[in-house]
Amino acid sequence: MREVAIVGIGITKFGETWEMSFREIGIQAGLMAMQDAKLTAEDIDALYVGNMSAGRYIEQEHIAALIADYSGLARDHIPATRVEAAGASGGLAVRQAYMAVASGMHDIIVVGGAEKMTDVGDAASNAIQSSAADQQWESVFGATSPSLHAMIARRHMFQYGTTREQIAQVAVKNHRHGALNPNAQFQKEIDLKTVLRSGMVADPLGVFDCAPISDGAAAVILCPMDMARKYTDAPIRILASAQASDTLALHSRSDICTFEATKFAAMNAYRQAGIASKDVQIAEVHDDFTISEILAIEDLGFFEKGQGGKATEDGQTAIGGSIAINTSGGLKARGDPLGATGVAQIVELVQQLRGQAGKRQVGGAKYALAQNVGGTGATAVVHILGVQ
Amino acid sequence: MTTARFWRDNATRYNLIATKCGNCGKVTFPPRNVCPVCHRKSMGKMEKIHLSGHGEVYSFSVVYDAPLAFEMQKPYVIAIIKMAEGVMLTAQIIDCECCEVAIGMKVKATLRKIGEEGPGGVIHYGYKFVPA
Repeated sequence: MREVAIVGIGITKFGETWEMSFREIGIQAGLMAMQDAKLTAEDIDALYVGNMSAGRYIEQEHIAALIADYSGLARDHIPATRVEAAGASGGLAVRQAYMAVASGMHDIIVVGGAEKMTDVGDAASNAIQSSAADQQWESVFGATSPSLHAMIARRHMFQYGTTREQIAQVAVKNHRHGALNPNAQFQKEIDLKTVLRSGMVADPLGVFDCAPISDGAAAVILCPMDMARKYTDAPIRILASAQASDTLALHSRSDICTFEATKFAAMNAYRQAGIASKDVQIAEVHDDFTISEILAIEDLGFFEKGQGGKATEDGQTAIGGSIAINTSGGLKARGDPLGATGVAQIVELVQQLRGQAGKRQVGGAKYALAQNVGGTGATAVVHILGVQ
Repeated sequence: MTTARFWRDNATRYNLIATKCGNCGKVTFPPRNVCPVCHRKSMGKMEKIHLSGHGEVYSFSVVYDAPLAFEMQKPYVIAIIKMAEGVMLTAQIIDCECCEVAIGMKVKATLRKIGEEGPGGVIHYGYKFVPA
């Protein structure tokens, strides 16, 4: 297998971008990434697009060819492929592209992730998001994405003594980080009271425990490491790419306080990169709900099972703490345009490793990790990046 | 959900039919063709059984922000129930106040209306749970 580098990144502002269509946001991120790598259209061998549900959000399927077309690549006839794994679609698109470059099949690949969620109303959007769960045996009885995560939260509180306040601290910390990110949907700090007093969505989780509905797109350019210097002075190496699956329904697991898919993907990623969890200084994890970040930092091995809430409360996961988690603001504050999220995580880590993260820069990081999750952990994708 | 897509699983939703692996004895719900433990050894040996309907609350949430189809029911309790046979499933808990529900609470299954396909559409039935 060939070593793979990231040589270009692009990201749109996340939020409610009513003035821009799906294709416009997708292309904007892709063109920014191409400009960053100083690529021309002729250089590109393939396109991968992470997207969860364009069919239901904008009634448009076949979006990989659409993005290639509107990026001006129709006459180049490059292979364009859409990748779907609910909220993990973006991370999975990066992984598909990584495998294509590593295998020698393609040299230069543009990986995009995009979702346009605000063209439908809130109720419709929530129903679409909940379709990542088991429709026949969870959703049909009234389970929603927030309520499934709320059941995880309640069980975590029961089994480990995690407090409601500790869970809420994830939102406080991620909003503090988001306030330093000019592309974040929410760039405003919030206090603990705001989270605890926010309207109930699914007890014990309130509005401020949930990632928002967002429009947005992100893109990265991958190429073989030995070609990377042609495009950038600061190539970032993909040290590991791993993926795992688990039961679709949460109730089919013996323990809902651990995402085994995250653990398996992480174990394989650490082995491939030849590092341990303690070597990671920065991580972007899938905080679609506050409780999800607590599970993530435990399952990735950063903290003991059951200690994630306390570690968050103690400030260990903030910028300046023992490991900086979600420096971008995470899904909570940066926004969570489903298919874009996994790619946006990689963009943030590349900015950090290049030293281009502005006010939220973490100094001297050598290893960075991204964890992208679909549904309640039926898919997990883990990437580890390192400076060249 | 379309009529046929719901109707296909009616037997299981009405009667809590699970499968028991003839090789290792593991119970799975909803019914499966292959045991997740024994894989190929279980094929052709997955026996259908009726769950007793008795169980206890493993975890739960009170849903305030409900999908359109459940708008009239909110707030309602959704729970993961650990059945006496060891298998878990997701269902609503009814006929009690939200604040009465707790992890470990004993519950039993009952047959209730789950939803309907619009005002003139087919009504779907299935299991919900009540305090035991």
